[in-house]
Amino acid sequence: MRLPDRARSLRITLWTLIVPPTVWAGHFLFCYLLAAIMCARGAIDLSFRAYGWLVVVVTMLSLALVVAAGLIALAQERIAGDPPPHDRGTQEARLRFLAKSTVLLSGLSFVAILFTALPVVFLQDCR
Amino acid sequence: METQASYAHAQDDPALRTAQEARLRAVWESPKGWFFRWTDCNNNTVGVWYTLTAFGFMLFAGVLALIMRAQLAVPDNDLVSASTFNQLFTLHGSMMMFLFAVPMFEAVSILLLPQLLGARDLPFPRLSAFGFWSFLIGGVFVSGSIFFDAAPDGGWFMYPPLTTDPTLSGIGADIWMLGLSFIEVSSVAAAVELIVGVLKCRPPGMRLNLMPLYAWYILVVAVMILFAFPPLIAGDILFEMERLLDWPFFDASRGGDPLLWQHLFWIFGHPEVYIVFLPSIALFAMIIPTFARRHLLGYPWIVLAAVGTGFLSFGLWVHHMFTTGLPNISLGFFSAASEAVAIPTGVQIFVFIATLWAGRVTWSTPLLYAVGALAIFVIGGLTGVMVAVAPFDWQAHDTYFVVAHLHYVLIGGTLLPLFGGLYYYWPLITGKKLSDRLGRIAFWLMFAGANVAFFPMHLSGLMGMPRRVFTYPAELGIGGLNMLSTIGAYLFAAGVLVLVVDLCRSPWRARAPRNPWAAGTIEWLALPEDENWGIRSIPLIEKRYPLWDQPDFMRKVDEGRYFLPDAEEGRRETIITTVLDARPIQVVRLGGPSVVPMVTAFFLGSVFILTTYHLYWWALAGSVLTLGAILYWLWTGTGEFPEKPEKPIGHGLSLPLYSSGPASPSWWAMFITMMADATAFASLIFGYFFYWTVHPDFPPADIIGPGVHWPMVALAILLGGWIATVAAQEVNARGGVVAARWLVAIGAVASLAGGAATLIGPWSTGMDPTAHVYPAIVWVIAIWTAAHAGVGLIMQLYGVACGIAGRITPDHDADLRNIALYQHFMAFTALVSLLTIGLFPEAS
Repeated sequence: MRLPDRARSLRITLWTLIVPPTVWAGHFLFCYLLAAIMCARGAIDLSFRAYGWLVVVVTMLSLALVVAAGLIALAQERIAGDPPPHDRGTQEARLRFLAKSTVLLSGLSFVAILFTALPVVFLQDCR
Repeated sequence: METQASYAHAQDDPALRTAQEARLRAVWESPKGWFFRWTDCNNNTVGVWYTLTAFGFMLFAGVLALIMRAQLAVPDNDLVSASTFNQLFTLHGSMMMFLFAVPMFEAVSILLLPQLLGARDLPFPRLSAFGFWSFLIGGVFVSGSIFFDAAPDGGWFMYPPLTTDPTLSGIGADIWMLGLSFIEVSSVAAAVELIVGVLKCRPPGMRLNLMPLYAWYILVVAVMILFAFPPLIAGDILFEMERLLDWPFFDASRGGDPLLWQHLFWIFGHPEVYIVFLPSIALFAMIIPTFARRHLLGYPWIVLAAVGTGFLSFGLWVHHMFTTGLPNISLGFFSAASEAVAIPTGVQIFVFIATLWAGRVTWSTPLLYAVGALAIFVIGGLTGVMVAVAPFDWQAHDTYFVVAHLHYVLIGGTLLPLFGGLYYYWPLITGKKLSDRLGRIAFWLMFAGANVAFFPMHLSGLMGMPRRVFTYPAELGIGGLNMLSTIGAYLFAAGVLVLVVDLCRSPWRARAPRNPWAAGTIEWLALPEDENWGIRSIPLIEKRYPLWDQPDFMRKVDEGRYFLPDAEEGRRETIITTVLDARPIQVVRLGGPSVVPMVTAFFLGSVFILTTYHLYWWALAGSVLTLGAILYWLWTGTGEFPEKPEKPIGHGLSLPLYSSGPASPSWWAMFITMMADATAFASLIFGYFFYWTVHPDFPPADIIGPGVHWPMVALAILLGGWIATVAAQEVNARGGVVAARWLVAIGAVASLAGGAATLIGPWSTGMDPTAHVYPAIVWVIAIWTAAHAGVGLIMQLYGVACGIAGRITPDHDADLRNIALYQHFMAFTALVSLLTIGLFPEAS
């Protein structure tokens, strides 16, 4: 089976809709907790540089997840059937609406994850 | 289909329709009599009470603000004392947030949501009534305190350590904590009701892509309440433990940390801002298409905005704590998220502008409010972007600049949209339109007043006026700006007064026609001469704007040609559908008028109020009465076996009358409630690890912990109880009714023993919770776990009683499945809490 077809065969629900923002939440929580533990607990080493690579790795992983969710949803949106604005009472319209909303949320989550990672690049230090 | 044809034919008979209408009217009739009229629980009635009560609290809190503005009009004024002023601003903020903004969203949603979804009522009408009575009792308790000079005076966010010291702050802090905790209970109740309502009570055919956008917003906001309110409830528990029992959670001299309160408060407090903003913006999504005379553009973009804002709003809380000395890199994360949330917020505003641009606009009064509100909100949003930049915030923090920012946001984002919604939906509720002339006068007074009052505050803030001061010296040079603010505040109040006059004149006005704004969404099916049944027949939805786009829609609904046009068995009913595609799966029987919700709220209120005055034995008596009332409510009002398995709803469809497990609304209600409960629990665990991050050695080496033995014993027993209860569900499903009863009984014994073993751990090592924060947080987690085992025990005993009474069978096992669901969460709680208190000290 080709990759887009495989993506299309996946179920799409309210749970898949919130995958991208949930990845953002996980990434955000990771950054916050890492800073809280490394900078506050004991405060032995106030240079965050040593952990910067960890943030970069997790950011890359999170971005990859968000992009994957977005691409799957994009493939799911590109099926034959009712055109936008997806306001018919059909299975296709509902599917394509949820897929499109997931794509949009992936975009927002991508930007928000980048925003969160920027302080690590620019500050490199707890203080 | 032949059946469909014959059914449609049956509805052609006017005599049949009249008979159906008579039956529906009788079933949905409100109770009469000076007392019994208050036992009603129909959303039409309770929603109106709820809305009026919240509106009343808003007026009261507004008057408090006017007194403050009078005091600040001139320098060195002595109209009120500093102490009274503290009470005024605390109560003003607390009431506007807890007694107006959040309850108003719940009230409006309870009132409108069933109409928007073509449902006869929400799935748990008695829960709505219970929420309303809790809100009324708690609200009167909190707001009445100012007449006894006992109002809270620590600011609406009640920062310790000053507020946790009973010698520095009077009973007001307890009134705030306990009174508002009580109201938070009613908010969580409303969230459960609204989530299940949106997901399960939509009319057949209303797939997710056809849902009115208001419902999308309500879904997002209700889910936000589930995750935002519990941290505050957890914070309230710690706070009251410190005030009443001297457990030092926020006392730095004994290892506590006042910053923990700030974290817990703002994890609630920032999502809260969006919890009050999104439902108001949701009203725009209904008003704007009506007056632009076209479908809203970019439906998925609004969903993006609502869901995106819902998530991002949980990553902003520390921007209220930029000046507390947290690591700068942490501030950076929260600053980034605060800027990112401007994206979805901006998206929805552009969607509204684009819709107006693309449509043929009718300049009605509601639209005037909507557009004016957007203008004010955008100014507040822009200053929000400014204060989200940490270095700017260090300058502006705790000055009038912040006061200006938050009032622009809340007036533009909550208050004016609600007034627009009031003008828009008044005909739906009362059958009469409000005056356009008075509405416009009120609007311009309020619009001018808000700007004259709050714009100068930006300047006085930047010139150095701190918030919450009761007066200021003339030398500061801000007298003129303050006088201007005061004039603006009274101008605004004049606008509100005109609006109130308009409302009061409404009963003498002529009836408006049905659907007076020619709107396209189905709430406008409501008849001007109010019928209590909600909707004549539950329609099949095929479009987003059925009144515009589905031919003959209104006539078919009115003639009962859709689903469930009758109430043959004399019961209140509505249809349950699937989450994604709204396929009908069940007819659910709804609770009718009952005194039980009111009495339960009264008993529960007594527990909180008596605890405030340290009358613990009386409070205990109140708890027992509350428990009794809840058990009576469950036993008499839920889990009923229907007299037949299925009933026809028209068009050849026949739906079951009973369901259990994930198909049933009650299972979802339990699931959602337990999500909130798990969030509160997670907040307590956050507290434990928060102390670990701020102390170099935590748990402290010189304080003995609860040991490993007893926590592990407790964990084994509680997990055993969980397995027994889940096994009971499976055995029962396979026909082993008696064996299932014994398994539940074993689960009950395990809950009792496991709860006790949980407490024996810290007790056996003599941990003194007043000595240091470590024993205190261990005790709180242990008590939380034991209390949950206790609740599990009560449920299991109830399950055994149901079994003995023959109320649990293989086909009717909703109660058992809900008990098992609770046990899943119980097992999770036990696992996390007992591993944390038992093993973490070993690991570190």
